[in-house]
Amino acid sequence: MMAMIQALFLRDIRLARRVGGGATLGVVFFLILITIMPFAIGPDLVLLARIGPAVLWIAALLATLLGLDRLFQSDCDDGSLDALRASDLPLEVIVLVKCLAHWMMTGLPLVVAAPAFGVMLGLEPDALWGVTVSLLAGTPALTCLGAIGAALTVSLRRGGLLLAILILPFSIPVLIFGVSAAEAASGGTIPFATPFLILCALSLMALVLAPLAGAQALRQMDE
Amino acid sequence: MLKFANPTNFLRLVALVLPWLTGLTLVLFAVGLYMTFFIAPADYQQGESVRIMYLHVPAAWLSLFIYGTMAMAALGTLVWRHPLADAAQKAAAPLGAGFTFICLVTGSLWGKPMWGTWWVWDARLTSVLILFLIYLGLMALWQTIEDMGRAARAAALLTLVGVINLPIIKFSVDWWNTLHQPASVFRMGGPTIHVSMLVPLLVMALAATFLFLTLHLMAIRNEILHRRLRRLSMLAAQTESETLS
Repeated sequence: MMAMIQALFLRDIRLARRVGGGATLGVVFFLILITIMPFAIGPDLVLLARIGPAVLWIAALLATLLGLDRLFQSDCDDGSLDALRASDLPLEVIVLVKCLAHWMMTGLPLVVAAPAFGVMLGLEPDALWGVTVSLLAGTPALTCLGAIGAALTVSLRRGGLLLAILILPFSIPVLIFGVSAAEAASGGTIPFATPFLILCALSLMALVLAPLAGAQALRQMDE
Repeated sequence: MLKFANPTNFLRLVALVLPWLTGLTLVLFAVGLYMTFFIAPADYQQGESVRIMYLHVPAAWLSLFIYGTMAMAALGTLVWRHPLADAAQKAAAPLGAGFTFICLVTGSLWGKPMWGTWWVWDARLTSVLILFLIYLGLMALWQTIEDMGRAARAAALLTLVGVINLPIIKFSVDWWNTLHQPASVFRMGGPTIHVSMLVPLLVMALAATFLFLTLHLMAIRNEILHRRLRRLSMLAAQTESETLS
């Protein structure tokens, strides 16, 4: 079973890295979102530094969700999803492994890139550290929630926008605690641990909920 | 109960019950609105504008009640695969969005004289707005997936995920910012609101609930008829093409 999980994980990572995978698109999209912010808000570094954590979080949220619509769709199109379902692995585990691989290829690069983009927004070292750690703890929840939407819209041609409409309301708690953890790190009124631990709890809960709901959705959509 | 799960029996039941429900709704609204405008006292602090409450609070209750109804129908869809549950789900979503919208608009109208602003990013308002967005998302899902059964199962799953998530959203938003007053009717230690205001409020809430039941039954009936019409026209088209060829 471990070997199968490993094979599936490596397969998804390999697919994402090759031509047509589009793993780097997420980071580029993230960078573009950060870049257009000063055009909309103005290049005032003091203001940008104040809203920087929030901007980074919103950009990460959008970059994660918009890249998710192909999570199951490409496998569904070429039939490999059926092959996977016919294997001994429970569908829940398949969904979980696919989420983890997807997070490795899209969520993790965002976390790694966040400090660099934070510097562009004029963030202080404390805030940089806070936003990076909060993104590291929070992006798995975003990927997992998005996976539920991806499973629900697996049979639709243009599911991307619908996925965002369905899942964005559910991602609000992650956003709230992510941003408040990032801001607490740079000297807020509440200690950093309080929102951060809730953020971790949300991620862990999403890690449980997403495989269950996602697998159920894939089963229901298949009939 | 199971007997009425058969769409034909259900239609017969609806035809029997609907006139009574409609009448009851009208009577309740007549009594409730009369009490609202002529019997309930004006607030010593808020003046006449307190009367918005008799529309606002029932709509807020209903927005949650309808979500509960929808969640139960969603269970019916996923567990028993019943087409009637599908229809009940589909019919509830726009109604829920409607009541949530009424709640938001009346709240905004009430907020202007009381708080001096149409809208604040307060915890209560925001979580109701999110509920509204979830209703809209569900409606979008119903509109996007062509196959009825699939759409029903997708919507059912999302509704149930929402049941788990709504309290989380509610508490996270509560944490975040607050101006709206806390609950004053359903709370530990009894309501804090005076009886002269509580009675009209409860009558209006009952009226709104019956309005929802009436509209919901009508919408389910329309959905069933709509499906039958669709099936019949497809059958007709099929026989037509067969005779032609």
